[in-house]
Amino acid sequence: MMAIGLGHYLTVAALLFTLGIFGIFLNRRNVIVILMSIELMLLAVNINLVAFSSFLGDLTGQIFALLVLTVAAGEASIGLAILVVYFRNRGSIEVEDISRMRG
Amino acid sequence: MTVASLFFYLFSVVLVGAAFMVISARNPVHAVLFLILAFFNAAGLFLLLGAEFLAMILVIVYVGAVAVLFLFVVMMLDVDFTELKQGFLQYLPIGGLIGILLFIELVMVLGAWTIAPEIVRVVDAPVIAGIENTEAIGRLMYTKYVYLFQAAGMVLLVAMIGAIVLTLHHKPNVKRQNISDQVARDPKTAVELKDIKPGQGV
Repeated sequence: MMAIGLGHYLTVAALLFTLGIFGIFLNRRNVIVILMSIELMLLAVNINLVAFSSFLGDLTGQIFALLVLTVAAGEASIGLAILVVYFRNRGSIEVEDISRMRG
Repeated sequence: MTVASLFFYLFSVVLVGAAFMVISARNPVHAVLFLILAFFNAAGLFLLLGAEFLAMILVIVYVGAVAVLFLFVVMMLDVDFTELKQGFLQYLPIGGLIGILLFIELVMVLGAWTIAPEIVRVVDAPVIAGIENTEAIGRLMYTKYVYLFQAAGMVLLVAMIGAIVLTLHHKPNVKRQNISDQVARDPKTAVELKDIKPGQGV
């Protein structure tokens, strides 16, 4: 078994990213799972950044991963707040109804 | 096979498995719990990569804040999730096709990609030996990237205010205490004096 290199981490991140995309398509009607899939994709990006940072000996990648983490946290909070308001108005969280802009 | 590579395979297998369960679980509460498992294993991968600070931040921010927020919302909203699962298989072919295509593309990029050996590597912020990861990130974050740090703070502030503004709503039929009204009240507005003649009723 060969030693763990950069390619191993990138493969894991690629798998995770693909699963995130797959989750968005699979759960077209459930916004909560879509938001969770987006979190998975951001996690995959973070793994890429940290793996490159570690193997190239450059700390900038970790700083950027930190910023991605910040934006992900903000995005999750705003998304869930919109979801709560939407549920309060409509009584359901079906994404397909959102094409109607008027509440 | 060293212990580190053993742990790498352990963490990555559990991570990918948990991610698969997140998108395929029938019960959204289970999906959130699998998301938490995925975050823990990603933190393990970060530890293996030597990014201890990010690993701990991942556990604190993602597991402690984001995943718990998801759990709150899933449990607070009274949604019929079985109804939302209808059409699950309807999107499976197109979703699977796009997912597999994307994965093949990513693997092709990864497989063909090498760093040119003759290139001069420019390291922007080299890892200094003898300094812990947390301290190194701190030294970089508060000096070179201080503006980005401030911008991240602004993003969080805007997100916080936005979430509060979105979810705060005043119900019209709820009586609330208005302290300044109560304090500003005086006998002129509060008491009405009636002059009643003796022997007569009101």
